Amino acid sequence: MKTIVKLAFAFILASFFGCAPTGSDKDKGTSKGALSGNAAEKVYVAPGEYDSHYAFISGGFSGQLSVYGLPSGRLFRVIPVFSQDPEKGYGYNEETKPMLNTSHGFIPWGDAHHPDISQTNGSLDGRWVFINENNTPRIARISLETFETEEIIEIPNSAGNHSSAYVTENTEYVVAGTRFAVPFPQKDMPISEMKGNFKGALSFLKVDKESGDMNISFQISMPGFDYDKCHPGRDKSHDWFFFTTYNTEEANSLLEVNASQNDKDFIAAINWKKIEEYVANGGGTKQPTNYAHNKWDNDKHTATSVMVKEVLVVDPKDVPGAFYFLPTAKSPHGCDVDPTGEYIIGSGKLAAAMTVHSFSKMIKAIEAKAFDGDAYGIPILKFEAVNYGVLEQPGLGPLHTEFDSRGNAYTTFFISSEVVKWNVKDLKVIDRHPVYYSVGHLMIPGGNSRTPDDKYLIAMNKITKDRYLPTGPEVCQSAQLFDISGDKLELLLDFPTIGEPHYAAGIAADKISSKSKKIYKLEENKHPYAVKSEAETKVVRNGNEVHVYMSMIRSHFSPDNIEGVKVGDKVFFHITNLEQDYDVPHGFAMIGANTSEMLIMPGRTATSIWEPKQVGIWPMYCTDFCSALHQEMQGYVRVSAKGSNTPLTYTLDGDIPGQ
Amino acid sequence: MKKSKILMVLAGLFLGSLFFFPIWKITLIAPQYPEPLGLNIHINRLSDGVQFYDVNNIDLLNHYIGMAHLPSKENVIKGNVEPLLEFIIFPIVVSVMSVLALIVGFIGKPKLYLIWLIIMVILGIAGLYDFYRWLFIYGHNLDLNAILKITDPVTGLPMGYQPPFFGYKKILNFEVYSFPAIGAYLMASSMLLSFLAFFISKKEIKN
Repeated sequence: MKTIVKLAFAFILASFFGCAPTGSDKDKGTSKGALSGNAAEKVYVAPGEYDSHYAFISGGFSGQLSVYGLPSGRLFRVIPVFSQDPEKGYGYNEETKPMLNTSHGFIPWGDAHHPDISQTNGSLDGRWVFINENNTPRIARISLETFETEEIIEIPNSAGNHSSAYVTENTEYVVAGTRFAVPFPQKDMPISEMKGNFKGALSFLKVDKESGDMNISFQISMPGFDYDKCHPGRDKSHDWFFFTTYNTEEANSLLEVNASQNDKDFIAAINWKKIEEYVANGGGTKQPTNYAHNKWDNDKHTATSVMVKEVLVVDPKDVPGAFYFLPTAKSPHGCDVDPTGEYIIGSGKLAAAMTVHSFSKMIKAIEAKAFDGDAYGIPILKFEAVNYGVLEQPGLGPLHTEFDSRGNAYTTFFISSEVVKWNVKDLKVIDRHPVYYSVGHLMIPGGNSRTPDDKYLIAMNKITKDRYLPTGPEVCQSAQLFDISGDKLELLLDFPTIGEPHYAAGIAADKISSKSKKIYKLEENKHPYAVKSEAETKVVRNGNEVHVYMSMIRSHFSPDNIEGVKVGDKVFFHITNLEQDYDVPHGFAMIGANTSEMLIMPGRTATSIWEPKQVGIWPMYCTDFCSALHQEMQGYVRVSAKGSNTPLTYTLDGDIPGQ
Repeated sequence: MKKSKILMVLAGLFLGSLFFFPIWKITLIAPQYPEPLGLNIHINRLSDGVQFYDVNNIDLLNHYIGMAHLPSKENVIKGNVEPLLEFIIFPIVVSVMSVLALIVGFIGKPKLYLIWLIIMVILGIAGLYDFYRWLFIYGHNLDLNAILKITDPVTGLPMGYQPPFFGYKKILNFEVYSFPAIGAYLMASSMLLSFLAFFISKKEIKN
């Protein structure tokens, strides 16, 4: 009996790990592997030398986007996007607060998921990186010259903005799909009446070729499934966009069971070119809505938030030939298209199978009308007619796939904690490597474009447990760097990340580094409260508002003595950094201000509000170690009692500045 | 037209080009400035030598040790510093000598070529001496209220910050290099051309 149990157990194991490596292989990546493979040498970037690649790793629930170097795994910067950042003053100073405005009001936090770098002709061009906010649906555009968030647009009629923010091959569109089906437009109704009444909004945001400005061009009201992940077609499939769906059961409760009943869900294939044409010819219906569109002005150094009241909605029924469903194994998660544009891969999260569809078969099937019924009027293509093949049980819990330029795919397996390399055409596993642990996305620089860069792969892990020194119950999540230039995956490095490293975008450093901005030119500063020299600094009272036009330069503020402020006043410090030298920011902090510090780059103006509540002499100082006299960069504000008649004065070294 | 005449006219044009190119360049490298700061010295102005805003940034650093503002146009307009007389005289001298070179070229007498060259050599030497003198004053004219007052460890006197006239000098944390710039080479070429004109014109007369 015992033998039978053992055998059965072995059989189960073998079936899950059909191509399981031998024990010795599993050891690579531990200390022995690192030494024998010269991994240390491969990731060593000598002091003063540069990394070869940038990795933009999303911070997940931190709401931000981090910038790392590869292969060193060094963190360079955290770009504030959807969350306030007191370190920089983002979302705290008056200029950046509008960036976080939504139709629900000001929101200090977001859940940043999928960064994607802009493309030209299907290759990364390094102009912008787009990223989605999952919770309160938004898409942000970040400049790769300033490494700052320049635009955030809210997505109406959407909820759980997850199948986002992927760009088409010439950055014609950034696409944002809804994870939750919701009433479209929103309305008060019983949840249980979801089926057939909720919709899934897929939004196409047009991107201006020059400025990068985004606008919602149209929203498709798809059947009320959950749209999980998506990717654009490439090259021959350029005109198409593919979305995985789950919960085609349209369950509204206990989804873990009720959304897992169908053996197959769908990949939705959408011909966006056809819809673009339809819309250009006046198609679609304008529906009232309400969403925030926030833009940063690089001349005024200020964001504005505008509420948009209308959106163009396209009903799939009205654009025949533009919408098809491809049956795909159970609740597919990742929806990935290989660099040639021929293979569309659905990672069957609950089926332990990779479904590979063929684009050319799909086109033939459409021509031959090889349909297997329809779902809400959208034709379902016959599985056999579109399917290239299925890679059965390469591991457990497949999530995401990226590609190299040699026809190989690399897929993450969440449950079996591994990355598997397989050949797409042969449907054969080539190599596998454990990761530590529970990997979500992986990223190859350019791995979701026509031209992947075959050197590195990073796997992003949700669980690290014993991988680092413990830091209490909450430990870091991590990324693991692999060398993929050979036949075998070679683990080189573990490095901790901020928040949840949800997904990342990577690019060769030279595509960005030379364009990186060094200073903001003072002469181009059009901020309404900017000063161009100390002579222009002043303090102006307007009722109980006191506007301080202040400057900062090594190593003093002007003015640095202010009197005549009273309890109950609202003091606006409009501060311009007069420096025009690289890497000379100044900071500003005022005692008792109910806000963060401000970090102000050379040539920039920013505003902090202080509402003094107590009489006294209150200091302010520079928070960024700017020079040998940084510690001397300080000043005083005298606060008198409400109604006192202390005259308003402002001085630098005893004189009115400039006199 | 004779070869010598062409050469002399070229000498005048080369000299005139000094309005477009700097004659000297001072470069400052420090650990914090791996990409150096640079100061271009023209016959009539100062300009940024390496990057945007270099002149002002050099001023900003110099204020720690009490050095005067550089005589840039911006500083003169702001009243930070007296205008530099040389920036008025040099352009006049260069214009006059360029025009003279053209006139001499058209007349075409060997003697005049030589006289022009001798005047240029005298003016050149005077100019270099003047430049040295200015560097000395600039490096030693220090504000008594300077933030950093450093004494020379050898002499015990306040440290001077005179940039090198030619070549390299270490000043505090900066490695300072001072070399002729393209304008100086153009001026030297101009003088060489006038000498060639003189030399050839004598041959031309013999033939």
